[in-house]
Order: sequence, then C-alpha cells, then structure tokens
Amino acid sequence: MNQNPRRPNLRGAQRLANVRFPMWFAATEGARAALGSIRAHSFRSFLTTLGIVIGVASVIAMVSIIQGLSYMIGQQFEGLGSNSVTVQSYTSLENALQGRRARLTQEDYEMIRFRVDGLESITPIMYINNGQSQVRYGSQTTVSQILGTTYAFQHVGQYFASRGRFLSDSDNDTRRRVAVIGERVREDLSLPDDPVGEFISINGEWLKIIGLLEEKGEIFGQSQDNRIMIPFTTMASLQGNQREPDIQVQLTIRDLGELENISQTIARLLRSAHNLGKDDEDDFRVQTADQLQDTFETILNNVTVVMGGIVSISLLVGGIGIMNIMLVSVTERTREIGICKAIGAKRHHILLQFLLEALVLCLLGGLVGLTIGYGLGALAASLIPNFPAAHTPWWAVALALGFSGFVGIVFGILPAAKAANLDPISSLRYE
Amino acid sequence: MPVIELSSISKHYVMGQQLIKAVDSLDLAIDYNEYVVFIGSSGSGKSTLMNIIGCLDTPTSGRYVLNQRDVSGLNENELADIRNQEIGFIFQSFNLLPRATALKNVMQPLIYRGLSFADRRAEAERVLERVGLADRSDHLPNQLSGGQRQRVAIARALVTNPSILLADEPTGNLDSQTSVEILALFDELHGDGQTIIVVTHEPDVAQHGERIVRLKDGKIVEDHRNEPKSKTA
Repeated sequence: MNQNPRRPNLRGAQRLANVRFPMWFAATEGARAALGSIRAHSFRSFLTTLGIVIGVASVIAMVSIIQGLSYMIGQQFEGLGSNSVTVQSYTSLENALQGRRARLTQEDYEMIRFRVDGLESITPIMYINNGQSQVRYGSQTTVSQILGTTYAFQHVGQYFASRGRFLSDSDNDTRRRVAVIGERVREDLSLPDDPVGEFISINGEWLKIIGLLEEKGEIFGQSQDNRIMIPFTTMASLQGNQREPDIQVQLTIRDLGELENISQTIARLLRSAHNLGKDDEDDFRVQTADQLQDTFETILNNVTVVMGGIVSISLLVGGIGIMNIMLVSVTERTREIGICKAIGAKRHHILLQFLLEALVLCLLGGLVGLTIGYGLGALAASLIPNFPAAHTPWWAVALALGFSGFVGIVFGILPAAKAANLDPISSLRYE
Repeated sequence: MPVIELSSISKHYVMGQQLIKAVDSLDLAIDYNEYVVFIGSSGSGKSTLMNIIGCLDTPTSGRYVLNQRDVSGLNENELADIRNQEIGFIFQSFNLLPRATALKNVMQPLIYRGLSFADRRAEAERVLERVGLADRSDHLPNQLSGGQRQRVAIARALVTNPSILLADEPTGNLDSQTSVEILALFDELHGDGQTIIVVTHEPDVAQHGERIVRLKDGKIVEDHRNEPKSKTA
C-alpha cells in the first residue's frame, strides 16, 4: 500500500510497531495514565483513599502492638526455661457450677517430690485468699500478693534479691517468720531503702523482712513488684486449720528428653491419689513452659484475628468509597474516553487504565497507612510506661498491602468495565 | 485506485415507532489524495456517514472497503485498530484531552500503536512542527487559542500517518480569520498527498474541496467536481 505514489508521505511514522509483550506495554502505559490522573486530582485522590489509609493504619498499629506483646511474652518465657513444668489444679466448668473445686494439696506436692525421678528442683507455691492480702507496716497498709514458696522458686521464677537474701531451705524447715518483698511493697509501705530487719504484719502475724527483690517492672499494666514471698511452711502454718489450701507445684527437670515421661508419671500419681476413675477427667493440669507460652500466643493470635476482622470492615468501607469516586470519575471523563476510543483505544486499554487507577490509589493509600500505622504503634508503645516496643511483622505489611491491592481490584473492576464499555459515538457527544 | 469504497451502505435504526434511514443504500468511491466535502443540512445523514467511514459506527447493511480491506464485519477491537491506523479524526470541538499538554495529546494515538515513549515523543514533535506549533508543545489545551487547539487536533490526526483525514465541521468553532488559516493548512496537507474528507454545512468551507458531495435524507443528491476557490500555498 505504501508504494502507492499518491499515498501521503509524512516520513517516519511506523505503520505498526513491534510490541513483544502487548499486555505488559498496555499495563505500563495504563499505569502512566493512572498516575497522571491521580496527580491531576491529587486532593480528591487523597480523600478517596483516606478510607484505605485509616484502615491499613489501624491494622498495622494494632498488629504491631499485639506482636510486640507477644514478642515480649516469648522473651519472658525464655527466662522461665523450657525444662520447667507447672502442676496446678483444674476445675471443669461443670464441676465449678456444682460447687466442687479441685485442689492440689501439700500431700500431692510431697508425693511428686519423693516419688518422681529426674527432677532438678521442685517448689510448691501457695497463695493466700486468691493471692491478695492486706499488709501493714507501722501505720501504713497496702494490699499485696502473698505467696508461700521455697528456695527453689528463686531459680524457677527468676527472682533475685537486691538486698538481703532470698528464702532458704532452713527457713522452710524451721517455719521461720520471714519475708522477701518486692520494690513496690517497700514503696507502698514507706519502708526504708534497705528494709532488711524491719517487721511487717500480714493478717495479724508479724514477719521479719530478710530480702528485697530486684525490680521486674510491669506486664499488661500489672506490677510484678507488688509481691511478698514467705516460706511455704510458714504460709501453711499461718493458714492454721482452715480448709486445705490449693497449691501450685513448679518443678524443673534434669533431662529435657524425660519431659513427656515425667509429665505422664505425675499425671498417673495424681490420678490415683485423687481417686479418679477410668472415665473421669483430670482435675489438674501438668503444663510445660512451652505449653503456657502457646496458650498465651493462641490468645493473642485470636485477638489479632478478631481485631483484624473488625478493622477489615473499614477497608471494605474504604473500597466502596473508591468505587463510588471511580464511578463518578468515569462519568466525568466520558468524553475523554470517547476521544481515546476514536483515536484507537481498545477496550483493554481503557479497562486497564481505570483498574490501575483504582489499584494505584489503594496501594498508595496502603503505603501511607502503613507508615502512619507504624508510627502510631511505636508512639503508643512509647507512651505507655513499661510497654514492650511495637513489633511490625513482615506478614502484616504484606497482608495490609495485599488486601488494599485486592480492594482496589475488586472495587475498581466495576467502574473500569463501565468505562471500557462506553460507546465511542455517544461518549464523544457527551457534554 | 479508491481508498474508500462504499457499496449500498445503509444505516437504519428504530426510534419509537419510526424507522429512521440515516443513510440509505448509498454508493460512493473516494480515491487516494482526493479532497472531498460532504455538505448537507442537519439530518441529512452526513454525520452518520462520517461515523461509518471513520469506523466509529457499523452499517446495518452494505459493504465498506477501506484501503483494500473489507471492514464491514469487523468487531469492536478490530475497528479500534483500523481507526488507529487508517483514520485521522478532526472534530468541531477539537476534543483534546484537557489534562494533557499539546505534545501528550499528539502522542496519545501512538500509545495504542505500541510505540515506546521516546518514539512517540519524536513523532509528535515532528508533526507539531509540521502544523507550526513546536513552541507550544508543553501548553495545556486551555492555554491555547481555538486555532492552536485545532492545529494540535490536526497534528494528532496526522501523527499516525492515516490513509484519510476525516474532519467534522473543522471550522465550526473558529472565527473567520482562523478558519481561513486552518483551511489553508488543509490545502497544504492535500498538496502533500493527504486524502481529506470534510463534513460541513458551510458553502464557504465546501469551496475548498475538489469534489463536493451533497447529501439529503441519507442519499447523495449531487456529486460534482469543484475548482477550488483559494488554493493558497
């Protein structure tokens, strides 16, 4: 055709270019057009994507705070050591409703102590009145957590004395009336900086302070320093002949490979001691540190999922906002679409341009939200005293961006299809 | 050899109870490098005919051969390709993309042809220079006068090196002085070998063509040679 002498000769313009990846070419050109129109309406684009920004920001802030907590809990359990085992009573809901409460007794503790092999250390822990009790020093009083335990608890619970000493075995053997107190207790009772040698009164019984614990800070806003530890035997005698108290047993084992074996032995002993029949449920729980940590993490993960679900609703709302504005934008640009079609745009050119516009809007919103959320998480963590540093996992970033991209595509399809299906003649006439 | 061959082309549609025959079994052949003017009052079917020739619309019946290719039965995407490769549109209201500079407007059709950015830019700059707007290439349409806008539109039509330049009332929105300039540009392009089809209802404009086709009620009522009045070079 070009050889026709009367064909116009304006030199140069190729009749057809060679595009090796037509869809890739269309996508990059579409993205270019999309960015152009986002820039042209920058304020409107910002308002459009605000829903996504807020949604992603809240997801990231929330996830990073929760993950920070979870990270810290992991650290704490690491201190506990994976070879430690906790035995405590367990009352099923059914039994609790019938007023039957399971308990571990001192005999149970003695039995485990003497009849289970391979233990490195074992310590009973007894709490008074669900743990809270009134303490008095001079005219000052405070409410504190009192627990009766033994020397071994120092190792199991990672408690160390900053002044004086921790409980010793001889304290337990002779039921000495002594106490080791936390920093918070010292402050609340206005005790001197070195409280060793002072006397405090718990439930009317006088105890001599022999040690002050190192400060531990707070977990979940709960002070770890509002504690008083007294010898287990002293605690038992203070309880007098009240009903047999429920105790916990913490133990560490020598060989980690024996963990399963020892747990089973303990369970068997306790079952027979508690006269449980073949079909009866255990009225106690033998938990390793790993299991405890798992339990905590399961709870936190559930919280993450539930909160994430709630927050995704805001992303959904943001997506609807984007669809709405995109539909308006298609109508507004009907004539432009007609022009593009007249000069050779195919359906997929128009479709891609509008789809990419929605996608880019959402992804930009996602990125902005990510930054804001990260900042909010860090800010919240730093404003709350003793709160763990926020920790943003990569999967949350990927999820937030992936989800906003998904929202962009889902809510961009309809406006883009509407644009692509416009008839060129009537769009050119559109005023 | 004809660039356009229409044989018994009809465009009928139903409006309410009435059957409208916008174009009624029309035969027409246009040669390469012809300068043809369709003239007729509104409702004569000239716009519909133009849409069919421009492959924006498909005829209800008949055969349309454009540049030796039968385009009567093509689908939407194939027609888009034909529009991109064979047709250069010029509209009464310019129809430039409002948010794109003159240069970007001229580059736009080449996107659909798959040219790289650098190639598109080079082509567009060349054609803008051809229409005398090289120094206005970074202006937005609303920063240009009517005549300049129409020149950008002409550049956009020319950049694809089309078989035919299709102008619908190209001077309808311009003052008389600017109209003269634009029509002079058409004459020039025609002189360079471009096939031009102009649709108008103004006899003055029609006088620039070398062939005048008068339409009425969807039929050709007159088709005669014309000695162009003002061949300014």
